[in-house]
Amino acid sequence: MKFRFEVVVTLKEGLLDPQGKAILDALPTLGWNGVSEVRVGKHIELVLESDDEATARAEVEEMARRFLANPVIEEFRILPGHGAEP
Amino acid sequence: MKPRVGVVTFPGSLDDRDALRAVAVMGGQPVPVWHGDAGIADADAIILPGGFSYGDYLRTGAIARFAPVMTAVREFAEAGGPVLGICNGFQVLCEAGMLPGALIRNRSLSFVCRWVHMRAEGDGGEVLEVPIKHGQGQFVASPDDLAAIEEQGTVAFRYCAPDGSLDERFNPNGSAHGIAGLRNRAGNVLGLMPHPEHAVDPDLGPTGGHHVFQWLLTAAGQRVPA
Repeated sequence: MKFRFEVVVTLKEGLLDPQGKAILDALPTLGWNGVSEVRVGKHIELVLESDDEATARAEVEEMARRFLANPVIEEFRILPGHGAEP
Repeated sequence: MKPRVGVVTFPGSLDDRDALRAVAVMGGQPVPVWHGDAGIADADAIILPGGFSYGDYLRTGAIARFAPVMTAVREFAEAGGPVLGICNGFQVLCEAGMLPGALIRNRSLSFVCRWVHMRAEGDGGEVLEVPIKHGQGQFVASPDDLAAIEEQGTVAFRYCAPDGSLDERFNPNGSAHGIAGLRNRAGNVLGLMPHPEHAVDPDLGPTGGHHVFQWLLTAAGQRVPA
């Protein structure tokens, strides 16, 4: 079966996110004054073959830990699964 | 015999030829090494050059560390062989866990391309004029790692004013503690964002790169059988 996962990678809390800051600084110039925080990250979608969703998720977690995110500067979360792909 | 210095070319490397030429200018034997090679061609030292390896997709240096040649580079470093990572090469060394920390987008968000001064730490404090050209050169590390780096004295170079004083105004990318270059604990792996390979020929400008290549060639020379 095929399973689709979405992984979101963001810079760690407390680390300056220059892209987020650039967006935050630009928003008031467009009239949005109420925004206090913007964080920019990466959105990675993967489809993988596996016997079941739990095994597939464990694999995605391992990919995220070892490759998709750099633990020195980033953290990641895996969004809830979509179930088996048709 | 001249020490053999291998320069790795990854897809997207830009400064490999300048690095090869700098090795020759400085008295070494330049040896091209291909990213797909299993070995490092009996090199006595290795340079990971600047550029945008594998398009710097995902993160700078993130994919280069899986290149076949990197297994041999890692084994060479673990055996005490001198390894120099310049710019993208520094980013690769951090991604590979061969140096602590990571390099993220410049604090200014702008690509910077100009000459800067850096101070050689723990080494008489020589001030070197070298060029930088990077968009992601801001060195960061966890507070624990930064404390360890300072305690172990492994900072090799810090950005500084022309007179050698440390001044945040002369930090071109927002690097933590003004760190421009860093060694591993054993001292045989050195990574830096500035480009010593562009600063070795007096006909072309300042020669702040001599310091770095002298270190590399001296370390490499000690590995050449007498």
